[in-house]
Amino acid sequence: MVGSIKINNVNKLFTNQKKETVTALHNVNIDIPANSFISLIGPSGCGKSTLLRLIAGLLEPSSGELSLDGRVIKTPGYERGFMFQEHNLFPWLNIYDNVAFGLKARGIFNERKSDVDEYIELVGLKGFEKYYPHQLSGGMCQRASLARALVGYPSVLLLDEPLGALDAFTRMNIQDEILRIKKEKNMTMIMVTHDVDEAIYLSDKIVVMTPRPGRVTSIVDVDLPRPRDRSDYDFLKYHAEILKLLKFGGFKPVPEYSI
Amino acid sequence: MKKIKSQLPLLSALITLVIEVFLPDSSLHKVTGHAYLVWFIAILVLLYEIFIIVGTRGLKDRLLYKAAFYAVFFQVLNIFNILTAKYAVLPVLYFPSPDRILEVLVTDWMFLGQCLLYTLRIQLSGWLVGVLSGVATGIAIGFSKRIRYWINPLVRVLGPIPPTAWIPIVLVVFPSVIVASSFLIALAVWFPTTVLTSNGIANIKNSYFEVASTLGAKRVYSIFRVGVPAAMPFMFIGIFNGTCSSFITLVTAEMLGAKYGIGWYINWQKEMMSYANVYAGLIVMSLVCFVVITILFKLRDHLLVWQKGVIKW
Repeated sequence: MVGSIKINNVNKLFTNQKKETVTALHNVNIDIPANSFISLIGPSGCGKSTLLRLIAGLLEPSSGELSLDGRVIKTPGYERGFMFQEHNLFPWLNIYDNVAFGLKARGIFNERKSDVDEYIELVGLKGFEKYYPHQLSGGMCQRASLARALVGYPSVLLLDEPLGALDAFTRMNIQDEILRIKKEKNMTMIMVTHDVDEAIYLSDKIVVMTPRPGRVTSIVDVDLPRPRDRSDYDFLKYHAEILKLLKFGGFKPVPEYSI
Repeated sequence: MKKIKSQLPLLSALITLVIEVFLPDSSLHKVTGHAYLVWFIAILVLLYEIFIIVGTRGLKDRLLYKAAFYAVFFQVLNIFNILTAKYAVLPVLYFPSPDRILEVLVTDWMFLGQCLLYTLRIQLSGWLVGVLSGVATGIAIGFSKRIRYWINPLVRVLGPIPPTAWIPIVLVVFPSVIVASSFLIALAVWFPTTVLTSNGIANIKNSYFEVASTLGAKRVYSIFRVGVPAAMPFMFIGIFNGTCSSFITLVTAEMLGAKYGIGWYINWQKEMMSYANVYAGLIVMSLVCFVVITILFKLRDHLLVWQKGVIKW
């Protein structure tokens, strides 16, 4: 089975505007088995997006190594699909051409034409092929961007808070669809999120990260049967545990400046 | 109400016609061979009436929308006619009657047409070279750091010089006036096209290129399938500005060195003191510019249909 990722002693340093070196990621080690769903969760600045971009090959590590199925990751590649926080559909292409973009770029569009229709249907956008992105709602655009990332058969799908800008109902809806697609197409999914519920609902493992410097503090195995129930007692126990790891759990003294 | 509005141009045209026919002309103005103004107004208003009766729904709505404008147009013509032909209020030498101007357009159209073709040949060849080289330079500057390093200073130093300032040199360097003029046109189009193309590329969201690379696109493919379309709105503004400044350059170039062409025609007739021909030349030129700009806008609407709701013009 393909799609297993090894992250080995990865460090990532940035130079900020004041020419100071900032450690975005410190000694990260994660093994991600093929066909699993992993969430990276943590407050902003913990380096979770950086880690995702390293896996995508959009950034290079300062030291250490990332590999997919034993091959070192150096550049972006279609076997690692990426779904951004904004849909980033090309506004000059209609939905069909947006979804077909990757296949055309790789010169395999003619052989795989039927896949474009299949994936447009898979994300529920049949009938909207000729529409331009600005004519569709945010949720529909995000679905189109999912189809665009999936149509090239990636073995890994990287999701950078893709549902963060959507309303709660659309979000739950697309979460279910992501799970359905994962079951149907078999791939590893790695998602960056701020949303604890979302992480528990979707993931096999939750990687909890803390900032300054960005590091992995714990990895929680979510041992719940699927489909999961967001109001289930065990679900809520995981919720409390993750919040505690993020230092938001339990009772805290009420601050004196409370309003 | 609609009915009345649709007949406003007819009413206005009738007033103008009555004054033209029944008010005697001032003796200071040259007499024309035919009643050109009467024919002109009659034909225009007849066309209007035909299309407002038998035109398609869309055409009818458009004509109705423009009805007030047409009515005022005939009145402006009327006032100009009264000020010139009827009472010679304006200096007769510089302000010929509309009748005279129309006469020139009708009798001199062959020569005007030749001048126009000559001008269009220079304009079109120069324009094409300018647009193509401008887009190419803009893309090269936008995507290659090395080319930007070497070419950008050149663009900045040479670009802002008004193309007409090159005339003394250009006339010496190039073998013929035609080539020299079209070089100036090319220069006039090249600069704004280059600057705005590279500007447009610099303004593209980096995430579009990231998307393309995660989908397996190679660099060259990204440049032409992401960079170029994304920079297209800017490119169009550059081409548009360049086209406008190329008109200026062309006319100046023709007035200075050429032996033929619509700009030369205007200048020559001015020296002959026949201002009716000058106005005729101006009318032809403005019609051509109008057509060119309209074509550009149509092309933009067609190519950039996607940016409705993305970028406002």
